[in-house]
Amino acid sequence: MLQVDALAKSFTLHLRGGLRIPVLSDVGINVRAGECVALSGPSGAGKSTLMRSLYGNYRADAGRILVRHRGAMVDLAAAEPRLLIEIRRETLGYVSQFLRVVPRVAARDVVAEVLIGCGVSETQARERAKDLLLRLNIQPRLHSLPPATFSGGEQQRVNLARGFIGGHPILLLDEPTASLDAANAAIVAAMIAETKAAGTAIIGIFHDTDIRDAVADRLFSIAPMQDAA
Amino acid sequence: MRPESVRADTLLSVRGAALSFGPIAALRAVDADLWPGEVLAIVGESGSGKTTLLNVLSGRLRPDTGVIWYRDKDGTLIDVHTMAAPALRALHRSEWGFIHQDPRQNLRMGVSAGGNVGERLMAQGARNYADIRTQAASWLELVEIDPSRIDDLPRTFSGGMLQRLQIARTLVTHPSLVFMDEPTGGLDVSVQAKLLDLIRTLVSRLRIAVVLVTHDIAVARLLALRIIVMQGGRVVESGLTDQVLDDPQHPYTQLLVSSVLQA
Repeated sequence: MLQVDALAKSFTLHLRGGLRIPVLSDVGINVRAGECVALSGPSGAGKSTLMRSLYGNYRADAGRILVRHRGAMVDLAAAEPRLLIEIRRETLGYVSQFLRVVPRVAARDVVAEVLIGCGVSETQARERAKDLLLRLNIQPRLHSLPPATFSGGEQQRVNLARGFIGGHPILLLDEPTASLDAANAAIVAAMIAETKAAGTAIIGIFHDTDIRDAVADRLFSIAPMQDAA
Repeated sequence: MRPESVRADTLLSVRGAALSFGPIAALRAVDADLWPGEVLAIVGESGSGKTTLLNVLSGRLRPDTGVIWYRDKDGTLIDVHTMAAPALRALHRSEWGFIHQDPRQNLRMGVSAGGNVGERLMAQGARNYADIRTQAASWLELVEIDPSRIDDLPRTFSGGMLQRLQIARTLVTHPSLVFMDEPTGGLDVSVQAKLLDLIRTLVSRLRIAVVLVTHDIAVARLLALRIIVMQGGRVVESGLTDQVLDDPQHPYTQLLVSSVLQA
């Protein structure tokens, strides 16, 4: 479903005299349908950078990121913006570490708009969003409120609902249980397991080793690179 | 650029647009494309040429060189700058809209709120007074202006209300392309949030394509999927909004992104 070849990513800080910080080099991963791969490595090794590169949020310097999109392998690293938008809409889901809240938009709509963007009717999308929020223990009275005032854990669960509702065949999870208590983390672990069983290919960063061991089929370790020369 | 070289699915395409004001190059070799239903943000500091580009794209300002193609509702490609003035005005009244930073530039201050909204409908041939009034009232409600204010003059409205009235006046005819010049500039933050939410909702519901000029990259992130960064009349960087803002490549974009204050 996802095949990464010789991926490299560095950052050039023009405001710091062009300082170049290499983060990833020659990364290769292969993830099959129904498989969950957990990224491991110390803080700062580049796990989140890899994740963001896979989503096309960071632009790769070299290498290919092939995803199965509409039945064919497409190189996301070389895709033009409109194709990337289509891939994200239909094929590639991403749960970031933090929810980016939009003023005035209700939690239910934050989640539902993903489906509405795929052409699902507003009523149906809201119904699905409500079910997912309930499953993630977000009380009904919160559904019509904008998540800006929610606790960290509640925001993260809204974010998870937003990530899972699309049913994307490939899902990227960046610390999905970081700010959750044990009970909610267990619900998320169960959702990940179901999604896997349904054939979704998952790459995740899991700080919590219990969760990681429960959902991941194998680890992919990332070693920190030497500092810039 | 010849019409055959325009991609078949774009709504608006600009190639090689350049414009100088005396010795100052306001635009240098600008290329850009816009697709139907898409919001494209143009960001950059003042003097970077973003408003000039907006005016060139919308036919309000003629470039020294370069072509702007627009595909109309019938699928015909139009060279915006060779159109006769009356045809361009007709386009601005029907398939296009323009939202100014100062709503007074667009609104008729001596005409009632309902009249301001109804006028564009009448310009498109609507004649039934009751229908026009009903539509005007429902649009006032959509932009969160109390419909009981329908007969009030805009001069009795606050700045935020005027901006929302301008939006109602512009969108009532369901244009396919709207140009926006700093639509939230000069408004209180709380008023801004309401306005941004309205623009975001209406634009996606009506599938309107938007070219949005803003110096506020948070506004660009909220509304636009794609972004163009301008400096000194040039496009220095472009791409998906989250890509450009989270992984800026050009020194100027890095400066722009790192200069934003965290609230």
